[in-house]
Parts: sequence; C-alpha cells; structure tokens
Amino acid sequence: MNPAKYPKLRAAASLTLLGLLATAYQAYAAPPAAAQIEIKNFMFTPNAVTIKAGSTVTWSNKDDEPHTVVSDAGVFRSAAMDTDETFSFTFDKPGTYHFTCSIHPRMIGTITVE
Amino acid sequence: MSDDILLQSRRKALKCMAYGGAGTLFVLTGGVFTPVDLALAANDKPGLARPGKPLFVQISDTHIGFNKDANPDVSGTLKQSIDIVNAMPEQPALIIHTGDITHLSKPAEFDLAQQLLSGLRTTELHTVPGEHDTTDASVTEYFNRFGKASDNKGYYSFDHAGVHFIALINVLQFKPGGLGTLGSDQLAWVAADLKGRSSSTPIVVFAHMPLWTIYEPWGWGTGDADQLMAQLRRFGSVTVLNGHIHQIVQKVEGNITFHTARATAYPQPLPGDGPGPGPLKVAADQLPKMLGVSSVSVVKHPSALALTDTALA
Repeated sequence: MNPAKYPKLRAAASLTLLGLLATAYQAYAAPPAAAQIEIKNFMFTPNAVTIKAGSTVTWSNKDDEPHTVVSDAGVFRSAAMDTDETFSFTFDKPGTYHFTCSIHPRMIGTITVE
Repeated sequence: MSDDILLQSRRKALKCMAYGGAGTLFVLTGGVFTPVDLALAANDKPGLARPGKPLFVQISDTHIGFNKDANPDVSGTLKQSIDIVNAMPEQPALIIHTGDITHLSKPAEFDLAQQLLSGLRTTELHTVPGEHDTTDASVTEYFNRFGKASDNKGYYSFDHAGVHFIALINVLQFKPGGLGTLGSDQLAWVAADLKGRSSSTPIVVFAHMPLWTIYEPWGWGTGDADQLMAQLRRFGSVTVLNGHIHQIVQKVEGNITFHTARATAYPQPLPGDGPGPGPLKVAADQLPKMLGVSSVSVVKHPSALALTDTALA
C-alpha cells in the first residue's frame, strides 16, 4: 500500500468522526460544521442544508451522468463532476445560497449559512 | 386495408431497412413529411434530385470522454458513424454537429473529438454546443475551437445551395424548470437575420436542445422557442434539427418539421422512463441500432428537403 494514502485515510476518519460529533451536537442545538450532499438519481440529497459560517460543504456525484454545482448568485461553481468525483466549498459569510446543476437545471438546492 | 396493401407496405419497409440498417427516408412536400421508400425516391423522376446526394449530414451527441457501461467505447462508435458517412456514394456538402461533442468539456476530450471528426471526407463542419460542452464558466474550451463562426456568441447563419442555415445556442441559461433558453439578444438577431428574406427560401435551424417541448420535467425543450417559431412560420419549408435526447422524435407543425437525432455515444430512456435522462444501458447487440446519424438531401430544389436516419446496425 502506498504510505501517502495514510494521511488521507486519517483525514477521512477524522471527517467521519467530525461528522458524527457534528450530528450529535446538532441534536442539541447548532447546525453542523461540515455537510455532505450526495448527487444521485438527478437529485441533491439533502437539497437543503444549514451550516455555520466557516463550514465546508462537499458534494459527491453518484450518478453515471456528470453533474455540476453552480451558485445562482455566482458565488461558487464546480467543474463537471464525473462519477464519484467531489466538489467542496467553504462558506465564510452568512446568507442563503441557492444552487443548481448547470447541466440539469431542474436539480436545485439551498445552503443556509448562519 | 387489404392484404395486398399491407404486403406492399411491408415490402416498402424492407426496402427502407435495406438502405442503412434502420434508415428511413422522409420527403418534405408542401411542409408535410411523408415517408417514402428509398427505391422509389432513387428513381430519377422529373424535378427530383437523387437522395444519394445529400446536402448535409447531422452528427450529434458524440460525448467524447464518456466511458461508462452504456458505451465504454464512444470513440469507436463515432468512428463507425464517420465510416457510414464516408461510405455514402456521394459526399454531403457539409456536416452539422448538434452538440455534446464532449462529455465533460475537457480540453483533451475536445482535442480527441476534433481529431476523430477530421476523419470525415467532408471537411466543412458546423457546430453548436451542448450543455456538456459548456460546463466551464466562460465556455473557453468550446469557443477557442469552434467560436470563430459566431464571434464567440454561439449563434450564426450561412447559406448553401439556396438553403439558409441558422445555428442557435440554447444551453447557456436555463429556465428554473430546466428548459433551455435562446434569450432576447439571440431572438432579436434571428429577426434581423430573416428580415427581407424570401418566404420561399428553405430554412434549416439547428440547436442542441429541442426547440419544442418534448418532456418538460427533464428539461427537454426550450422555454422561449415559441418566439422563434413565430418568426419562422411564414417560410414554406423549415427544418428544425436538434440532439440532446439521444433518440429520434419528430413532429410536423404547418411548414415546420422538427426532428431530433440519435446520438453516436449512447441511448437515453424514453421521456419520463426512470429517475432522469442519464445513459441507458442496453444489450450489446442492441446498442448499434440505437446510435447513428441523420442526412438531409434536397429532393425538390429549392422547396423540399428529405431527411434520412441511419443507425450503426
């Protein structure tokens, strides 16, 4: 195995742990610090996410069709993501961010940053 | 209907099949698309050009870069399509590509597509982009290669053999539901382009997404296409060609004939069949029957065009 992969694995494990902690924390009060959005069957799931300023959202494409993530207001824009590719964006400013897939614009979602 | 007529129809159908797999010829007469078997159409009747001399061939949805199960070899099926065109007894004057040249707008995909398309014996190539060609924010990759004809606007027109061709772009902005949009600038340009043109001029309009609503939930249409059709209605022969949906769908409305082409890359589901318009995996022996190109000939110059779809098998 390539030793260079270990930090990635550790990072993934920490992210998972962070996710679990965030989920637990959310149950009490606050929105999660990081969020994952899956793209499958031409839908963003979940299609509405609330996060704290400074948090990162990661989209991952699980379809055989490429998808993009494009902010309506031009704040962020991914390249075309092929199957299993991801795109992340860190939201520093509070606000409501609507986004679509530019290839299939009926796919819509919203990020609320508190 | 008598058995004789049925039998005759079947014979005609078989003649059609013999031409190019699932090829069918349609003759446009007075604005009505009539299927005609090719043996009949090939006879040198007065006023009829031989359909063996096509005006142009439409290639669509080559999706170079796609490599999933629905077709792991899109370069191979494009090459097969090019072979079919190159094998035509008389070469078309020009080739039209109705978009989704690439799958992900990547430079290497565009380079490979251009290299493959350069294998066509007919070298005059006119293109419009699909939404897969324009996923980079500034559409740099497409316009760097194909933007010259339109001064990087995406829409332009030209004339050939008395036919006026209009290339339109409807993949840069989308209506909230997902339908394509032409936009007011482009519609105003079309009005200016058609102004003063004789209504007897045959018109061919081509764009990537259908210029009529085939299935709104999947965005298979163009939201402001009605404003375009209003400008085209006075012409005696209008042929509207699109790609995007990877299957043949036709409609005739007055003198306007709408036709969507097969892809050379992979088929897509019938409208509304499944969660979305993604690649459709079919049995390997079925795939070539669902891929192909369309050719358009001048049948009764200058007022009639004939359209032929040819599958890979």
